[in-house]
Amino acid sequence: MKKIKLGTIFAAFLLTAAACGADDDTNTGENGDSTSSEGNANAEEVSGSILVAGSSAMEPLIAAASEEFMNENTEASISVQAGGSGQGLSSIASGQVQIGNSDVFAEEKQDIPAEDLVDHRIAVVGMGPAAHPEVGVDDITTEELIDVFTGEITNWSELGGEDQEIVLVNRPDSSGTRDTFVNYGLEGNEPTAGAITEDSSSTVKQIIGETPGAIGYLAFSYYDEEGTVLPMSVDGVEQTDENVMTGDYPIWAYMHSYTNGEPEGLTKAFIDYLMGDFVQETLIPEMGYIPETGMEVERNAEGEESTK
Amino acid sequence: MPSSLTVADRLLDKKKTKKKERTGKLIVYTCALLIILTTLSITLFLIIRGIQAFTIDGVSPIEFLSSLDWNPTRSAEQGGPSYGALPFIVGSFAVTILAALVAAPLGIGAAIYMTEIAPSWGRKILQPAVELLVGIPSVVYGFIGLTLIVPFIREHVGGQGFGLLAGMVVLSIMILPTVTSIATDALRTIPGGLRESSLALGATRWQTIRRVIVPAAGPMLLTAVVLGMARAFGEALAVQMVIGNARTIAESFTDPTATLTTIITLNMGHTVPGSTENNVLWSLGLILLIMSYLFIILVRFLSSRRKFS
Repeated sequence: MKKIKLGTIFAAFLLTAAACGADDDTNTGENGDSTSSEGNANAEEVSGSILVAGSSAMEPLIAAASEEFMNENTEASISVQAGGSGQGLSSIASGQVQIGNSDVFAEEKQDIPAEDLVDHRIAVVGMGPAAHPEVGVDDITTEELIDVFTGEITNWSELGGEDQEIVLVNRPDSSGTRDTFVNYGLEGNEPTAGAITEDSSSTVKQIIGETPGAIGYLAFSYYDEEGTVLPMSVDGVEQTDENVMTGDYPIWAYMHSYTNGEPEGLTKAFIDYLMGDFVQETLIPEMGYIPETGMEVERNAEGEESTK
Repeated sequence: MPSSLTVADRLLDKKKTKKKERTGKLIVYTCALLIILTTLSITLFLIIRGIQAFTIDGVSPIEFLSSLDWNPTRSAEQGGPSYGALPFIVGSFAVTILAALVAAPLGIGAAIYMTEIAPSWGRKILQPAVELLVGIPSVVYGFIGLTLIVPFIREHVGGQGFGLLAGMVVLSIMILPTVTSIATDALRTIPGGLRESSLALGATRWQTIRRVIVPAAGPMLLTAVVLGMARAFGEALAVQMVIGNARTIAESFTDPTATLTTIITLNMGHTVPGSTENNVLWSLGLILLIMSYLFIILVRFLSSRRKFS
């Protein structure tokens, strides 16, 4: 099953990248574990413990990666906490954790000393408008999207769909997903205050699936085979990983892992692991995200896009 | 106490008794002091954090309390951020009062049933049933609300399902145990003599309940309702899941709206401590604290009006 499959791939990965163990510094404590299995003799096992906190959207991915990492490095302990991008950034800035996860650039948040932090872009997450499957519309233009979310258009029939009132489902003011959707989907226009607001994407998904006429926005990782929600294409461009990678589809965000200064020891080993082949090529696509290494375009903190 | 000691020994051994008394006193005083200190420091902390939005970030307190426009993340091109908390203050009060309107008659009725109508088996069945409601975590109430009550309202009442009505249903069930158990205690403390005198004068059981028991327990029954309201006012999770959290004042029962607590829980994790967005959330928390002080003052006032003792 999945676990076994991941394990095999991981073993293969270890053989090729055996040298990525940490060097001896403060975090590693007493290492020199020379009993490692075949082909792994010169890889030093890292030990110690670190705390990772932040973005709830990234939490499942980081948790899965840390579990695999700890299976291989039995001396290492990584605790992963969700809590929100703001919390991730503030706890890394104040040194309470070793890695702070955020789905927005540190520069975008008020009161964060962004110049002290080192940005590691782990993955890319695509997002987009998702509607109840029976609204009768599956493509929407950016202008229509803005009109829908600012309350100018209130019925699906105005977009050529069913005669059904539009129910807006929103995320909280400072949510990273909302930030991204507002910036790249709605061209900076804030959704109307009358919208239903829910804290978690899974609740948003549930509400969209159950409420006739509902529309909200979700990360690609929340879409499922059963089609409980309908991902709408924007200006004729489908919400697919490929379209994000080529830069055709605009609504996406980086998943940042921030460290306070250059990482060392276990922190460095784990960041390297996150950027390594196994996480990038296997774990990230499997969990519905887009590997950073696959992107053909890149974006800076000001939102300007360029080819890599 | 060893049996070898006589009464005289025990009473006359003043030194020992005094020492024990002092130790006991010390423990009790320390506990009391700790609790008072905790309350004071929480209050102080919340006040300090809660007024930072006004003192440091320059948010106008009048705008905060009276404006309907809440948009802390709006960009400068769109008109800049605005911090009007009035919709949430109104939402908190509306949902609390509505929940109390449902829970008060239900809870007091159940209490009367348990103490006056069917004291033995009524209590045996109803009491555990009501107490069971306390043990259910609020996220479960929220989830039941989200999967059963919200769709039910959408299909049979109208609107989107999320809104005041759903919040009222969930909250009234949640505060029912508080109201019922305090009301039961209140009715139980009514001296039996009152009941017997009334019956001896020829009053029926209903007349006794209506004209003697309930008026005598009146202030304490009100205390029960106020304590239930205090709980409803502070409840966050379950309400957040069903009320819709729209940042506008509800115009009807089925309109979504938000409360102070839901806005805090929704946004706390996403904001950076020290930022204006975060500070205004602490200000919302300060309003909640002030409200809970007011509820306590009201309870103290009501219990001082007890008509018998």
